Amino acid sequence: MSSTVISHDAAHHDSHDHHHETFWTKYIFSQDHKMIAKQFLITGIIMAVFAMILSILFRIQLAWPDKDFPILEVFLGKWAEGGRIKPDFFLSLVTIHGTMMVFFVLTAGLSGTFSNLLIPYQLGARDMASPFMNMLSYWFFFTACVIMIGSFFVESGPASAGWTIYPPLSAVPSAISGSGLGMTLWLISMTLFIASQVMGGVNYISTVLNMRTKGMDMWKMPLTIWSFFLTAIVGLLSFPVLVSAVVLLVFDRSFGTSFYLSDLVVQGQILPNEGGSPILFQHLFWFLGHPEVYIVVMPALGITSEVISTNSRKPIFGYHAMVYSLVGITVLSFIVWGHHMFVTGMNPFLGGVFMITTLIIAVPSAVKSFNYLATLWRGNIRFTPAMMFAIGMVSFFISGGVTGLFLGNAALDINLHDTYFVVAHFHLVMGSASIFGMLCGVYHWYPKMFGRMMDAKLGYLHFWLTFLGAYLVFFPMHFMGIDGVPRRYYSFTNFPFMEKWVSVNILVTWAAIIAALGQVAFLWNFFTSIFFGKKATQNPWNSNTLEWTTPVEHIHGNWPGEIPTVHRWPYDYSKPGAEADFIPQDVPFSQTMSSNQAHDFEGNEEAIRIQEQWNKDNNRTVEG
Amino acid sequence: MKFKINNRFKSISGCLLAIGLFFATPSFAVQDSVATATDSVAAPVVDSTTAPVDTLAGAAISATDSTSVAAGATTVAAKKVEEEKTVDPQVYKNLVYYILLFLIVCTIIAIILKVISVYELTKKMNGKYNPLSNNTLQAILLFVFLVVFLAFVYYSFKVWGSWAWRDAVTEHGKQIDTMFIVTTVITTFVLVATHILLLTFPYLYRMRANKRAYYYPHNNTIEKIWTIVPSIVLTVLVLFGFFAWRNITNIPEELRNSALQVEVMGEQFMWSVRYPGADGKIGNRNYKMTTSSNPYGIDFNDKSAWDDIQAQDIVLPVNKSVRFHIISKDILHSFYIPDFRVQINAVPGMTNYFQFTPTMTTQEMRDKMDDPKYDFVLLCAKICGEAHYNMQKKVVVVTEEEYKVWLSQQNKYFNEDLQKEFSSSTKEIELNTASLN
Repeated sequence: MSSTVISHDAAHHDSHDHHHETFWTKYIFSQDHKMIAKQFLITGIIMAVFAMILSILFRIQLAWPDKDFPILEVFLGKWAEGGRIKPDFFLSLVTIHGTMMVFFVLTAGLSGTFSNLLIPYQLGARDMASPFMNMLSYWFFFTACVIMIGSFFVESGPASAGWTIYPPLSAVPSAISGSGLGMTLWLISMTLFIASQVMGGVNYISTVLNMRTKGMDMWKMPLTIWSFFLTAIVGLLSFPVLVSAVVLLVFDRSFGTSFYLSDLVVQGQILPNEGGSPILFQHLFWFLGHPEVYIVVMPALGITSEVISTNSRKPIFGYHAMVYSLVGITVLSFIVWGHHMFVTGMNPFLGGVFMITTLIIAVPSAVKSFNYLATLWRGNIRFTPAMMFAIGMVSFFISGGVTGLFLGNAALDINLHDTYFVVAHFHLVMGSASIFGMLCGVYHWYPKMFGRMMDAKLGYLHFWLTFLGAYLVFFPMHFMGIDGVPRRYYSFTNFPFMEKWVSVNILVTWAAIIAALGQVAFLWNFFTSIFFGKKATQNPWNSNTLEWTTPVEHIHGNWPGEIPTVHRWPYDYSKPGAEADFIPQDVPFSQTMSSNQAHDFEGNEEAIRIQEQWNKDNNRTVEG
Repeated sequence: MKFKINNRFKSISGCLLAIGLFFATPSFAVQDSVATATDSVAAPVVDSTTAPVDTLAGAAISATDSTSVAAGATTVAAKKVEEEKTVDPQVYKNLVYYILLFLIVCTIIAIILKVISVYELTKKMNGKYNPLSNNTLQAILLFVFLVVFLAFVYYSFKVWGSWAWRDAVTEHGKQIDTMFIVTTVITTFVLVATHILLLTFPYLYRMRANKRAYYYPHNNTIEKIWTIVPSIVLTVLVLFGFFAWRNITNIPEELRNSALQVEVMGEQFMWSVRYPGADGKIGNRNYKMTTSSNPYGIDFNDKSAWDDIQAQDIVLPVNKSVRFHIISKDILHSFYIPDFRVQINAVPGMTNYFQFTPTMTTQEMRDKMDDPKYDFVLLCAKICGEAHYNMQKKVVVVTEEEYKVWLSQQNKYFNEDLQKEFSSSTKEIELNTASLN
């Protein structure tokens, strides 16, 4: 990590005294936001690879349900006796795949990395509001990851009630073996994870509210910051509800309470629990669960906005509309959770109400998509790997988003609920779109994180393999769902009407395997570029935001001297009259007299007068 | 201009060489046969099976290799007995084979990338390098992707769509189908239109030298239009959806009572069906009364339970409204009949209802599908344990007359054994939960 060595002449910056750092305080128990961001990212990548391998395992089972793969037995032992994955282990695989991807990769890996990296950088802060809590946030997350992986080494297997862990299945170990110790570990891991998210969220919110540099008012913040800020608010308000759900489930499992349990005769055994309702759990779970999908996708939208604007060399179209639609999504995300429960037996009228709120949330999402298209229009587009991933993200966001109109409609949901249609929908709109947002961020801010460049050609290879792979994997699943194939089915061979899909499953699995191998191009590129990549310049993408005004070598406190003052919004790209096609945020208007426009001054009459005087002296006419 | 060999290339080829050598060394051959030896494998077999690995590893030293294998086989003999491995040695070889195959692909890619960068360097030296050529290439690729994507969407709608689509065979299902098709048309239009824009703009507006983007930060009119238009479309969809949903779920009291009542209970991993018998009323169930002879937990203190009928399949008369009472014995299940557009969860401690009218008999459906074996089927759509994927029950729709004949042939739940058991016990278990099934 030669690139991250703190330069010794950083000692003279004004806010901190130079102090000696050991290996432990610098790389392990670091309180520096840049290092914590890297820790989150690398842990997230490792979890993503782990969860991806799990998905390949169950895809193999789905494609070749009648074939033995003895090599699986070598690695999985009794869970794949005779080379065929067992049904209950199959359920464990889908459960842990979902949990890891949603929580560890797309929540912690995405928000954790980029909020930590960019909030102080783009706002002009020396570090987070409370660096110690920030460190704790990472270590709680790390412990959660370790415990979740540890559940694979438990005799009865990891949790296997689906990532939604609906009781009673998750509460009664006699119903499925994964609901024994594996489920307990899942619950412990998730509680630690939520603690991590809450600490992170508090930190992000307080940093954004309190530590913006001079001149950085809320309406001058990049969209990345807006999205991280709103994501943190959503997380802070919804994650604690999951804790309550989890704690009650722990009580039901271990202390004989009946919050979720009643009238159960499991495997011939009459259980003593009375008076609870499994529906209660679903309400509590989805009160987090639905905002969670926005926690996952909003940072990706923010990152994409920034990358598309920078690489189109064009201001993001409708900055205010973008912010308001994020705010709209934030607010609405709390009142749509019931659309996961249309057919659970929830009062049908309530279902109708949730359906209305759900379809309303499509409007801000549509506005965002159209604004991306308008940003591309008449741009001067530079296709860096980050930009490719940003375009891919918009594509997934649209193609996965439109199917939300089916699932959000209670009447149509009757036939599509819990089928492959749902799998296709959320893997495109929150799975692939968010992963693409994350990868887009990695390629774009890699020079900032590691001081070196990633190899662009491998980046393109990675993009194309992943982009094509994701479409080939998830698009066909819509049709299986329309045909009525439920998700989490171990094989398609027991129902005559499903047998035709086995051939499609083979296509899907091959696409998944090739896309998964394509990730090797990324991993190779990522880890070798840390050491051998081309040295980055200070502002490799000619970007406007403040993080590119910091030195390439990381220093404690980010800026060697004073923190720059912000004078303008972050999207002054290709401004008519300007010399370069970008004007960084810290450039005062007095240095860009030839490109200033009347509304830049926000009604400051003195400034407008000076500008008009200058225009007159220099024969400049301003249109509009 | 520096011509330093790229580190990546060096390390890839280095890795490959190291792995190749590792496989070629005698020590590996020994290891390999240790791991793969099974009780009855004789030396010649080991020899022949290890050979492909060695050739794959690219080892040129075959003479040393074969001797070492022979040596290895003898040392292995002692260990064979302890070794409990039943895995076929071929398994490891296949794995190694695939890993090597992948590494070869990686090497080829590395070589191609290297060739490209050398080509670019020569162009740079000759002063002919166009820094935007790759940019243009990616723009063209995105445009090509658009064409491929549209073709793929068309193919999937046509082929997979026709596999997936069967018209609903219930009254409310027809309404759902219409709405489904309307929504599909709208969403497909949006999908295609936005993708055409999303993927042609990159080509049209790819970066060119001496060009500036058009500074266009916002346009309130356009933004209002594309806020309002989706809002209107969504409002229409919401209204239709809402009324359809109310129609399906909010059945008037008298229609509820006049319908045929059927109770379906989910449990790991089967569905049980109960018909109400002559009195038209399904008797109470009390889960605490579940015994091995009364697995359903029917409360025979309730006299309306005495004539309840047990059936193997779900048999329904065509064109008659049926009200299903869905309950669960253990955990969550989901009562799902795709052809009927019917789904509702089975929740322990609570009864859910779904009322619908089938409009086509199984026979008619078979004729229509031209498949004499076609059956409607009830599946479980909510994860419920290891045999979740095989929790099914046949659903048969017949004419009214056939239904009556069938019904008269079914057995009652309250059979002689249960009657005896019931008369001998006077115990009554009170049910204090809200669930009165």
